[in-house]
Amino acid sequence: MHEWALAEAVISTASKAAREQGLGEITEIKIKLGQLQQIEADIFEFALKEIVQAQKPLFENVKIQLQEEKVVLKCRACGYEWMFGDNMKELDHERSEAIHFVPETAHAYIRCPECGSPDFEILKGRGVWIDSITGE
Amino acid sequence: MDPRVNIIDKRLEKIKKIIAVSGGKGGIGKSTVAATSALILSKAGYKTGLLDLDFWGPSAHVILGAGDVYPEEEKGIIPPDIHGIKFMSVVYYAGDRPLPLRKAGFTQAAIEILAVTQWGPLDFLIIDMPPGMADATLDVIRMIKKVTFCVIAIPSKVVLETVNKTLKMLKELGTPVIGIIENMSVEKFSVKEKVKTFDMPFLGEIEFDPKLEETIGDAAGLLKTDFAKSMSKIIENTDAFRSKRTG
Repeated sequence: MHEWALAEAVISTASKAAREQGLGEITEIKIKLGQLQQIEADIFEFALKEIVQAQKPLFENVKIQLQEEKVVLKCRACGYEWMFGDNMKELDHERSEAIHFVPETAHAYIRCPECGSPDFEILKGRGVWIDSITGE
Repeated sequence: MDPRVNIIDKRLEKIKKIIAVSGGKGGIGKSTVAATSALILSKAGYKTGLLDLDFWGPSAHVILGAGDVYPEEEKGIIPPDIHGIKFMSVVYYAGDRPLPLRKAGFTQAAIEILAVTQWGPLDFLIIDMPPGMADATLDVIRMIKKVTFCVIAIPSKVVLETVNKTLKMLKELGTPVIGIIENMSVEKFSVKEKVKTFDMPFLGEIEFDPKLEETIGDAAGLLKTDFAKSMSKIIENTDAFRSKRTG
């Protein structure tokens, strides 16, 4: 499961924050899961829990909050801005998998619905993002 | 905050040497040198990886004749074994479609691949760099702490102008450069003479090999070319291409 690698990155970041800020315990990590990457929240959460198990006491009582974030794309050519969520189902398995592993491959598969350009910006909802790390 | 950048060191920690094959211009043989070097090192018994970072024009898979083997998913991405090389390329995800990425997109995709690829223990990771000295070069220097650069030049005043600038920039950034390889050398114009003023080691020259093109996609054939023989000689004579072999 590829989610494991990203979960490991989250915990590594929280550990680094604890070291840098002299925290004895991380109490909460708020994470956004951008829908473009289609991270399986259950698998991701499972991976996070498994990884923190091995890193007690720093994460002994950590609360992990996952929040899905809708995909907002903006065309650089014509300026059109659109939510991509519903169109996700139109992607076949191959395309969907490619974007899951490397979300920027969206530029190979997705086009602006207004002008057809592949030159768009991912404004929101790309992938895994840490909103906040709280500790004491 | 982006968590991925904090895991890249861990993903690369079991790699002894990382060599980015670079040069200012396109079409000077970076990918062929990178892929052939990886094949030679692997054949010499070194555990070797090859990362194609040329997202705009990936070609290492064509040179190697990578076929239909794909990465596996196991706590990240496990690069497939191509002729003994662990090989990773965006082509596994974009296929033969163009990938029109701007700077920010390149950086994001590079971070993603570096953060999720599980290389495991390697003696060498060779990186096939895209042309130019801006985004990709700066990203690689920023994200891969132990990277060293091998710069390719060809006997062309136009190319050497850019090579000189690339070397100046790498020097200014304090990035180690193992040296310059002259590719497609011809009798009438010596890169070796020109680069004397660049204050960088000259690793050797590879003569223009008209038979090289016939072996693109055929790794065994490629290794028998004069091109590969010259590259082998350079590798044998360069300390940066030596390492204690990982068992």
